[in-house]
Amino acid sequence: MLTSLVQAVYLVAAVLFVLSLAGLSKQETARRGNALGMVGMGLALVATVVLALQESERDPLVTLLLIALVLVIGITVGTWRARSVEMTQMPEMIAILHSFVGVAAVLVGYNSYLTDTHADAVHLVEVFLGVLIGAVTFTGSVVAYLKLSARMKSAPLTLPGRNWMNLGALVASAGALGWFLAAPSAVPLVLMTVVALALGWHLVAAIGGGDMPVVVSMLNSYSGWAAAAAGFMLGNDLLIVTGALVGSSGAILSYIMCRAMNRSFISVILGGFGAEGGTVASSSAEATGTHTEVDAAEVAEMLKGAGSVVITPGYGMAVAKAQYPVAELVARLRASGVDVKFGVHPVAGRLPGHMNVLLAEAKVPYDVVLEMDEVNDDLADTDVVLVIGANDTVNPAALEDPGSPIAGMPVLEVWKAKQVVVFKRSMATGYAGVQNPLFFRENTAMLFGDAKDQVERIVAAL
Amino acid sequence: MRIGVPKEGRPGERLVAATPATVARLAKLGYEVVVEHGAGAAASFPDEAYADAGAALADAAEVWASDVVTAVNAPADAQVAAMTPGATLVAMLAPAQHPERVAALHARGVTALALDAVPRISRAQALDVLSTMSNVAGYRAVIEAAEEFGGMFTGQVTAAGKTPPATVFVIGAGVAGLAAIGAAGSLGAQVRAFDVRPEVGEQIESMGATFVQAEVAQQEVSADGYASALTAEQERLTAQMYAAESAQADIVITTALVRGTAPRTITAEMVAAMRPGSVVVDLAASGGGNCELTVPGEKVVSPNGVTVLGYTDLTSRMARHTSQLFGTNVVNLLALLTPGKDGALTLDLGDPVQRGMAVTRDGEVLWPPPPVQVSAAPAPEATPAVAPVDPAEKARAAREAAHRKGQRQMVGLALGAVLLALAITFSPAAFLGHITVFVLAVFVGYYVISNVSHSLHTPLMAQTNAISGIILVGALLQIGSDSWLVSTLAVVAAAVASINIFGGFLVAFRMIGMFRKEEA
Repeated sequence: MLTSLVQAVYLVAAVLFVLSLAGLSKQETARRGNALGMVGMGLALVATVVLALQESERDPLVTLLLIALVLVIGITVGTWRARSVEMTQMPEMIAILHSFVGVAAVLVGYNSYLTDTHADAVHLVEVFLGVLIGAVTFTGSVVAYLKLSARMKSAPLTLPGRNWMNLGALVASAGALGWFLAAPSAVPLVLMTVVALALGWHLVAAIGGGDMPVVVSMLNSYSGWAAAAAGFMLGNDLLIVTGALVGSSGAILSYIMCRAMNRSFISVILGGFGAEGGTVASSSAEATGTHTEVDAAEVAEMLKGAGSVVITPGYGMAVAKAQYPVAELVARLRASGVDVKFGVHPVAGRLPGHMNVLLAEAKVPYDVVLEMDEVNDDLADTDVVLVIGANDTVNPAALEDPGSPIAGMPVLEVWKAKQVVVFKRSMATGYAGVQNPLFFRENTAMLFGDAKDQVERIVAAL
Repeated sequence: MRIGVPKEGRPGERLVAATPATVARLAKLGYEVVVEHGAGAAASFPDEAYADAGAALADAAEVWASDVVTAVNAPADAQVAAMTPGATLVAMLAPAQHPERVAALHARGVTALALDAVPRISRAQALDVLSTMSNVAGYRAVIEAAEEFGGMFTGQVTAAGKTPPATVFVIGAGVAGLAAIGAAGSLGAQVRAFDVRPEVGEQIESMGATFVQAEVAQQEVSADGYASALTAEQERLTAQMYAAESAQADIVITTALVRGTAPRTITAEMVAAMRPGSVVVDLAASGGGNCELTVPGEKVVSPNGVTVLGYTDLTSRMARHTSQLFGTNVVNLLALLTPGKDGALTLDLGDPVQRGMAVTRDGEVLWPPPPVQVSAAPAPEATPAVAPVDPAEKARAAREAAHRKGQRQMVGLALGAVLLALAITFSPAAFLGHITVFVLAVFVGYYVISNVSHSLHTPLMAQTNAISGIILVGALLQIGSDSWLVSTLAVVAAAVASINIFGGFLVAFRMIGMFRKEEA
C-alpha cells in the first residue's frame, strides 16, 4: 500500500519536473517553473524518507537521524553557496555541482553492488554503467571547475594520440565489464572506476576554454544519464525519468551551443580546439597593424552624438564586474533618447546564457538584450558599437579568413557599424588564442584598461 | 637630429609641413626643429608661435642643411643642392611622374621619402597625406562650387516662393569624393554619386547620397588598393551615364585620378548639354583634368555659361587646417621612423610602408618599390578554388550529402532499434518497464527543452542540475542498510546530492528573479 502511494507521489513529482523544465523555456513562466521543480523535489523527498524509514534494516530512528543530518548538511552548504556565489562565478558553481551528482552516482552504484550480492547480469551491467558515467562526470566536472575558476590553465591539454587514449580507456572498461560479468567481484569495478576517472579528467582537460559552454552543458547531460543509470540499478522510475529529462536537455543544449559555434559536437568532445598553436601564430601574423586608442572622454563624446548604440558584452565584462556601470550607462543613454541595445553572442561568456544572467543581475531590461541573429542585421545602421570584453565573438576572421581556427563560426558583425570601441585590458588574444583583425580596422578604436573603471569614467563624462 | 621646415617655394603654395602643434610633437620624439622665417605665415602661423612651441627660426640655407627636411612639395634643384649628402627629405615627390627628380636626389646622395607613395594599407592610414589632401580638396570643391553657383544648395519653401535643392553629381567616391558628398549633403543638396568600383556603393549610401550605377561597368581593384583603368566597352557605357547625370546636375564634381593621370569623364558635349549657371569642379585638374574644358589652375566659362573650375590649389585655400593635418601625417611618419623616440631616424626597408615610400637612399635608387599586397584582401588561393563550382552542382552535392546523412541516420536508428529490441527481448520483465519509461522520458526532455529561450540557458542548467540531484532518493534508500560501509557511503552520497538540490534550486531561483521586463 505504502509503496504504491510512494510510487504515485513519484509520478506526480516526475510530472512536476517536466512542467518545471517546460516553464523555464520562457521568462514569463520561469519563476513558476522553478517553484514547480521545488515542489516536485519536496514531494519526492518526503515520500522517499517515509519509504526509507519503513524499509530500514536497522533502527528507524538511527536512519531518520542520519537522513536529517544529510539534509541539514545539504541545506546549510547549498544555501550558503547559492547565496554567496557571484553571478560571474556561476559557471564554476554549476560545474562543481555537476561533480557532486557524479560522485553520488559512483557511491550509489557501489552501494547497489554491495547490497545486492546475488544479482543477475542485467543488474551488474546497470551498476557498471552507472559507476562509469558517474566517474566520468565527476572528474570531468572537477576539471571544468578548475579551468573555469582559473585554477588550471584553460589551454587544451594535447597529449599525443589522445583519441587513442580515450578509445583505449573505453576498451579497457569494456574488458573490465566482461570480467565483472564473468566473475563478479569488486576488483574489475574498482579498476574500471579508476580508468573512468582518468578518462573524465583527460576528456575535459583536452578541451580548450573557449568550448567550456559546451562542456558544461555536456556534463549537465552526463549527470542526468548518471542519475538515470542509478534509477535502472535501483529499479526506481522517478530516477529514470528525471535522469532522462536532464540527460536529453543537456544534450540538446550542447547541440544548440555547438551550432552557435559552427562546430560539430564530435570535434568539441574530442577536444584539442586551438591546439595547433603553430598555425595559429602564423595565420595571425598578418593580422597585425596599428590600432587607434581613445580615452573615456572621447567615447563619451561619441556616445553623445550617436543615435543608436549596440553593446556587445563578453567574458571580459564578467571578469571586470562591469555589468553595473554598463547598466547605468545604458539607463543614462536611454534617458537621453539614444537607442541602446545589447547584442549577445550565444557563446559569450563561459556558460550558455551567461551574459543574460549578468545583465539581468544589473537590472538591464531583458527586452533590449537581443541575440546575435536579431541584432546582426541592424549593426550596419548603428552609430557606435561598444565591445566590452568580447573578442572571439566579434572576430571578422571567422568570416573572412578561411585559415582561421574559428573560420565559419557565426560572429557579431560589429565592424559594419560606423564606429566600434573595443574595451580591452591589452592587445592579448581571446580564449580561442586567435588574433583579432577587428582591432586594426579603421573604424575601430581601442579603450584600454579595466572595463569597469572605463565605463564608470564614461558615465561620469556624460 | 635636426628637422628643417622650409618655406614652400612653389608659387601660390600656402601650406607648411609643420605647425606649432606638430613642432611640439616632433620635439617629443627627440628632434630639434628649425623653421624658416615666415614658413607658416601664409597658413596663419606666425613665427612667434613656432618659437613658443620650441622651434628655432633660421634662414633658408640653414633649414635646407638640416639632417631631415620635411616639405609639402618637391624641392627645386637649388634646394636639393643645398641639402647635405646623407640627409633625409620627406615631401610629396611624385617619383613616378618625375624620374629626373629621383635622379637629382640620387645624385645628391639624399635619402628621399615620398609622402605621396604611402601604400594603401590600414596600418599606413595615419601617414597617408593623399587621404588628407583629398579630404580637404573634396570639402573645398563644394565650397568653391557654392560660390560660383547662383543659388542655394538647400531647397526653400518661403512666402516669396519655392526653390528646389541643388543637385550635385560626384564622380569617384574615393576620399575626395566622399568628402565632397558629405559637404554637399550637409549644405542641403541632393547628392548623386558614381564610382567604377561597385563595392563602394555602400559607402556612398552611408554618406547620404544616391549611388548611381552604370550598366555592367566594373573595375578590378589592383593589388595595392588603387583603382585601375577601365576597358573600352565599360568606358562607353559609363560615358552614357555621365552624360545623362551631368545634364541633370547643377554641380558636377569629378575626382577621378588613376595613378596621377586623369581619365576624361566629362566631354565638351556633356558640358554643352548642361544648364547655364551650372558648375563643374575638376579635382583631377593637376593630372590634366577629367573635364575636357578644364584648364589646370584656372576658372573657365563655357560658351553656354557653365563654369569649369580647374583649381589645383584647393588644399592651399584652407591652409591652416590642411597644414595641421599634413603636419600630423608627417609626425606619424617620423614616429614610425623613430622607434626609440630618441631623435634618431632609422629607415627599416623590411617594413612595407617604409619600403613603399623610399625613393632613394645613400646613393641607391629604390623606386619603384615592390608591389604591396593589401592586407585586407582575402587569402587568394581560397577564393578561386570555390568560385568555379556551379551553384546548381553545389546544391545537388549538398542535397546528396544531406540524403546520405539521412540514410546514415536511418541506418543508425534502425541498428539502435534492433539492438534495443534484442536487449529487451533477453532481459527480465522489470527492465522492460524501466526502459520504456526511460526512452519516453528522453523524448519528452528533448521536446520540452528544444524551444527554451537562449537567455534562460543558465538558469535552466542550474535547474536541471538541481533536478538531477534526485539521485538523493537512491542514496536515502540505502542509508537504512544494515551494513555500516553501505550506510556511510550512502550518507556521503546523500549529503553531496542534497547540496546539489538545494544549491541548484536556489541559484536558479536567484537568477530567474533577476530577469525583469522593463516597466512600461
